[in-house]
Amino acid sequence: MDMVLAVLSWSCLLGGAIFLLIGALGVLRFPDFYTRLHAVSVCDTLGAGLVLAGLMLQGGFSLVTVKLLLMFYFMMFTGPTAVHALAQAAMQGKLQAVVDEHEPE
Amino acid sequence: MGKLRHAINLGLFLFALWLLLSGHYTPLLLLLGTVSTLLVVLLTTRADLIDREIQPVLIKPSVLLYWAWLGREIVKSNIDVSRRILNPTLPISPTIFTLRATQKTELGRVTYANSITLVPGTVTVDVEEDLFTVHALTQEIAADLKRGEMNRRVCEVEKVF
Repeated sequence: MDMVLAVLSWSCLLGGAIFLLIGALGVLRFPDFYTRLHAVSVCDTLGAGLVLAGLMLQGGFSLVTVKLLLMFYFMMFTGPTAVHALAQAAMQGKLQAVVDEHEPE
Repeated sequence: MGKLRHAINLGLFLFALWLLLSGHYTPLLLLLGTVSTLLVVLLTTRADLIDREIQPVLIKPSVLLYWAWLGREIVKSNIDVSRRILNPTLPISPTIFTLRATQKTELGRVTYANSITLVPGTVTVDVEEDLFTVHALTQEIAADLKRGEMNRRVCEVEKVF
């Protein structure tokens, strides 16, 4: 049982780390400010979420897990709020987005 | 009368939160926790912020159901965006478009706008009454959002707010 928990927990932590890395790579690779925000969303949701899930499995049924759950809950609200604030500030600062002109059929 | 009930609810919720976060249950600390809870409720009342919107709605089944659905969407689009980051042959086609939200309450529209931003691949750039300006990473993601399933689900969950 301990073994199963350890494997699950470390898979979550590792998965989270991979998604954080992918998000960081996306920030470098995408062409402009707005598209880079989407890469940040990957870190914000699945990256941080999986790391927290892995830590919760380590914590078991304890107050630590409750605190981690609350952290997750608040991150789900503050993450998009921060991203929206950045996007809106960029828009109001008249930062042009790279837009695909090709119309979908 | 309704206000008093909202205030009591808020107090109970805050105290429960304090209990969960503290982990120390000696009489002195419990007293301090009670005092700080009462102080926060008092300040909230003085600032005239006691209304329906401060009700802790996180435990209602329909809200949990919506979160479960949103969680699945988040995982799906995370994988989609991650593949586009890792594989240079998968194209991106960024678009900006406007979207009409049909929620009736402000809180419902906030939930919708925040959900859009939370899902990787779409960001709500601006909210003007019921018109959202949304930036999407690809045309497909944009088309998916325009189909309006999320809009419908938020309208559904909004009824318990």
